[in-house]
Amino acid sequence: MSATNSTIVSLPDQSTASLPKRSYINNESGLLSWLLTGDHKRIAILYLISITFFFFIGGAFAGLIRLELLTPQPDLVASDTYNKFFSMHGIIMVFLFLVPSVPATLGNFLMPIMIGAKDLAFPKVNLLSWYLYWIGGLFTLAALVLGGVDTGWTFTTPLSTHYLNTHVVTAALGIFIIGFSSIFTGLNFIVTIHRMRAPGMTWFRLPLFVWSHYAASLLMVLGTPVLAITLVLVALERTIGIGVFDPTKGGDPLLFQHLFWFYSHPAVYIMILPGMGVISEVISTFSRKRVFGYTAVAFSSVAIALFGFFVWAHHMFIMGVSNYSALVFSLLTMLVAVPSAIKIFNWAFTLQKGSITFETPMLYAFGFMGLFTIGGMTGVFLGALGMDIHLTETYFIVAHFHFVMVGGMLMAFLSGVHYWWPKMTGRMYPESLSKLAAVTTFIGFNLTFLPQFILGYLGMPRRYHAYPPEFQVLNVLSTAGATVLGVGYMLPLLYLGWSLKYGAIAGNNPWQATGLEWQIQSPPLTENFLEVPVIDYEAYDYEWLAKKMDQEVTTVG
Amino acid sequence: MHISPVLWQFLVKWLNASALFPREASTIAPYSDALYFFLLLITIIGLTLVGALIFGFAIRYRRQRNPVATQVEGSTLLEATWTIIPLALFLITFVWGALLYFRIYNPPTNAMNIYVVGKQWMWKAEHEGGQHEINALHVPIGRPVQLTMISQDVFHSFSVPDFRIKREVIPGRYTTVWFQATTPGSYHLFCTQYCGTNHSQMIGEVTAMTPDDYQKWLHTSTSGMSLAQNGERLFTEFGCIACHTGTSQARAPNLAGLYGSKIQLSDGTDVLVNEAYVRNSILSPSSQVAAGFAPIMPTFQGQISEDGLIDLVEYIKSLHTNDRLQQTLVTSQSDEATPKASSAVKP
Repeated sequence: MSATNSTIVSLPDQSTASLPKRSYINNESGLLSWLLTGDHKRIAILYLISITFFFFIGGAFAGLIRLELLTPQPDLVASDTYNKFFSMHGIIMVFLFLVPSVPATLGNFLMPIMIGAKDLAFPKVNLLSWYLYWIGGLFTLAALVLGGVDTGWTFTTPLSTHYLNTHVVTAALGIFIIGFSSIFTGLNFIVTIHRMRAPGMTWFRLPLFVWSHYAASLLMVLGTPVLAITLVLVALERTIGIGVFDPTKGGDPLLFQHLFWFYSHPAVYIMILPGMGVISEVISTFSRKRVFGYTAVAFSSVAIALFGFFVWAHHMFIMGVSNYSALVFSLLTMLVAVPSAIKIFNWAFTLQKGSITFETPMLYAFGFMGLFTIGGMTGVFLGALGMDIHLTETYFIVAHFHFVMVGGMLMAFLSGVHYWWPKMTGRMYPESLSKLAAVTTFIGFNLTFLPQFILGYLGMPRRYHAYPPEFQVLNVLSTAGATVLGVGYMLPLLYLGWSLKYGAIAGNNPWQATGLEWQIQSPPLTENFLEVPVIDYEAYDYEWLAKKMDQEVTTVG
Repeated sequence: MHISPVLWQFLVKWLNASALFPREASTIAPYSDALYFFLLLITIIGLTLVGALIFGFAIRYRRQRNPVATQVEGSTLLEATWTIIPLALFLITFVWGALLYFRIYNPPTNAMNIYVVGKQWMWKAEHEGGQHEINALHVPIGRPVQLTMISQDVFHSFSVPDFRIKREVIPGRYTTVWFQATTPGSYHLFCTQYCGTNHSQMIGEVTAMTPDDYQKWLHTSTSGMSLAQNGERLFTEFGCIACHTGTSQARAPNLAGLYGSKIQLSDGTDVLVNEAYVRNSILSPSSQVAAGFAPIMPTFQGQISEDGLIDLVEYIKSLHTNDRLQQTLVTSQSDEATPKASSAVKP
C-alpha cells in the first residue's frame, strides 16, 4: 500500500460521509447573523474574506508597478501615478493584509479552540475589531478612489506634511482606525490566553501557534498606539501646522522616523511571528513529531518580541543618528537575528527521525524555511552598519523585506490556510492542484525577488519610476517572475472556492494531528466543545493520539 | 530551435550592456565589497546547511522509509550549537560593519569640502571657489572629498553606488559624507530617499577627473565669486556687520577666528563652533546665545536660502583674523556712501 504510505491523510468513507448537521456555519442563517455574530470562527471567516479582497487589490498595484518597470523609460503611467501605485501597494499590503493576515483569520479561528475555550474573552470587542478594520479599510479605499495618496507607506515628513497635495489625512486616518482594530485583537488574545485556558492546559502545554500569537499580541498592544499617535501628529501638522516635525518651527523631522519605526519595526514581528506559529504546527504534523526543543521555540518568540522593540533605529543608520546609538542598534539587531536562526534549526531538526509526508501545507512550510532563511540572512547584511550604507534605500532592501513578508509570511499564511481549510470548511482542497500552486509560488517568488538583490547591490534606488537602461535585464526577469507569482496566488483562490462545494468530506482529523482543534468536528460547533476538555497530555503528543485512536476503534468496534 | 540572427544579436547586446556588479571606483568600495562577500558566503553556507538538512531529512525520514517517527525531546548541546555559532558570526559581522561605518562616515582631516544642497528635484553642488553645478559633481581622484549636505525641502539621500557611499540629506541639518575616487570616469548619482513626484529624475553624474583635469575644470567653470565672497556680500546686505563689528564695544561677538573654536553659551554649556552652530545662530539666534551677550539678534528664518547660509558659513570660516572683518566693514561703509549700481543678485 505505497499510495497510503506516502500520505497521512485519512478521510472518512466518501460514499457515506457528510458534513455535520449542525456547525458554526449553518447554526444561524442570513447575512445579519454573520454581520452581528460574536462567534470567533465566523469573525475569522469575515476577516478571511476581507483580507483576501484587499490582498488582490494590493496585488493588482504590485502588478502595475512591475509592468511599469519592464522598461527603463517612464512610459506606462505618469510619475505621480506610479508613486500612488507603490504607496497604495504598501499601505494596503502592510496594514490591511499582512498585519491582520494570520492573527485575525487563523488565530481568531483556532486560538480559542487550541486552548479549549468556547470563544475569545470579549466576543463583541472581536466583532468591533472587524468593523474598525473595515472602517479603516473604507477610509483607505476612499483615499484611493478620490485620487490616491503618494507618500509611500512610510508617510515620511516633511514630504507628507508640507509637500504633497494628495489624500494624506484620509489615508492616515484609515491606518489610525485599523490600528485600533489591531490593538483590540491583541488585547483580546492576551486576556484569552491568560484567563481562558481549559483545565490542565498549562503554559507549556500550549501549542507553539498560541505562544507566537501571544508574543505578537504583546507587540500589537504596546506598539500600535505609538503609530496612532504618530499619525495624529502628521494629520495635525498637515492641517493646523503644529510644527512637531517642522525644523523651521523648532521641530525635528527625524523624530517622525523614530516614532514611525518604533511601531513599524515591531510590526514586522507582528506579521512574521504568527506565521512562525503556523510553521511549527505544520512541520510537527507532517513529520509526526513533537517540535524539537519546544521551550526554545516558545521562548524565542517572546525574545523576538522583546528585542523587536529595541532595534527601530536600524532603519535610520544613514540619517545622521549619533554613531554610538547606531552601534547599539546594530548590536541589538544582530541579537534579534539569533532567535530566528534558532527557530529555523529547531524546525529542521523536528524533521529528523520523523515520518515525513509532503502534503501542500508542508510544501509551503518548506518554502517558508528556505525563503525566510534568505530573508533573515539578508537582514544581517542590512543590520551591519557599514554594509547598510550601500544597501539601504535600494532594491536590496525591497527584496529583503519581500523575502521576509511575502516569502516568509505569505507562505506561512497559505500553508496555514491549506492546513486548517478542512477544519474551517469541513472539506478538503484538491491536493495535486494545490501542490502545483505551492511550487509555482516558490518559483515565481524567487524569480521575482532574487534579481532585485543584484539590482540593489548595483545601486538601483527603490521607488524609482524610471531607471538607467543597464538595469533592464534584471527588471525584466523580476517582472516575468511576478507574472508567475500572480498565477501562483490566483490558483488557491479558484480551487479553494471550488472545494467549498465539491471538495472531499474531511472528517474530524484528516491529518491525524494532535491539536485540540482536530479532536472536534469539522466544521466545529458554534460552542466548539460539547463539554469542557480536560488536558492531560503535552502538545504534539503523537503517542497520546495513537492511544486515543486505538480506543475509539475498539469502542466503535 | 531557430532564433533569428537579428533577435540573437539584440539579446547578446542587451545582456552585454547590462550590469551585474557595480564598479569599484572609490577607496571605500573594496572594503564594502569584502564585507559583502563575507556576508554572501555565510548566507550561502547557512542556506546550503538549512537546505541540506531539510532535503536530507525529508529523503531519509520520509514516510515510505521511516513509517514510525521516533520522538525526540530536544538536545541542549545541539541547541546551544546553533545559538552560539550564529551569534558568533553575527557579532563578527557587527564589529566588521561598525568598523566600515566609521571608515565611511569619519572623514580624514585633509579632505576638501564641497557643499551639496538637495531640493525637489535636483542636486546643487557648490565648490569653495564659487563653482556651481546642477545634477553633476566634478571631483579630483586621489584626494579625499567631503560633502557637507543639506536639504531645502524634504528628505533626500545622496547615493553614489560605485563609490559605495550614501547619506541622507535632511532639511534643517547638515550631514556629511566623504569619499576618495580612484578611477577617472563618470558615475551615477541617485537620490535614494523618496522625495515626491520626480524622485526618479533627481539623478545626476559624478565625474571623477585627474587632478590636472580637475584644475582645468575649476578654472573654466568659475563664476568669479567664491562662496566666502558671496557670504561677505550677504553679511553686509543683511546688516550683520552693524553689530558684529569686531570692536571691543560691539553688541555682538567678534566673529574673527571663531570658527572651529569652543565657546561658552549663556546657559553655561560649551559648544563647538561648526557649520551647524553658525547656521543655527543665524536662523534661531536666541536658542544658543554666547555668554556675555544680550539675546538681541533677530532671526533670519525664511529670509536666507540654504545657498546663502552656506555662503555665510564659508565667510565666517574665512575670518581668521580681525583684519579681514575690518576690511568688510570699510567696504560696506564706502558702499553706503556711493549709490548702489544695481540690486545685487539674490543667492
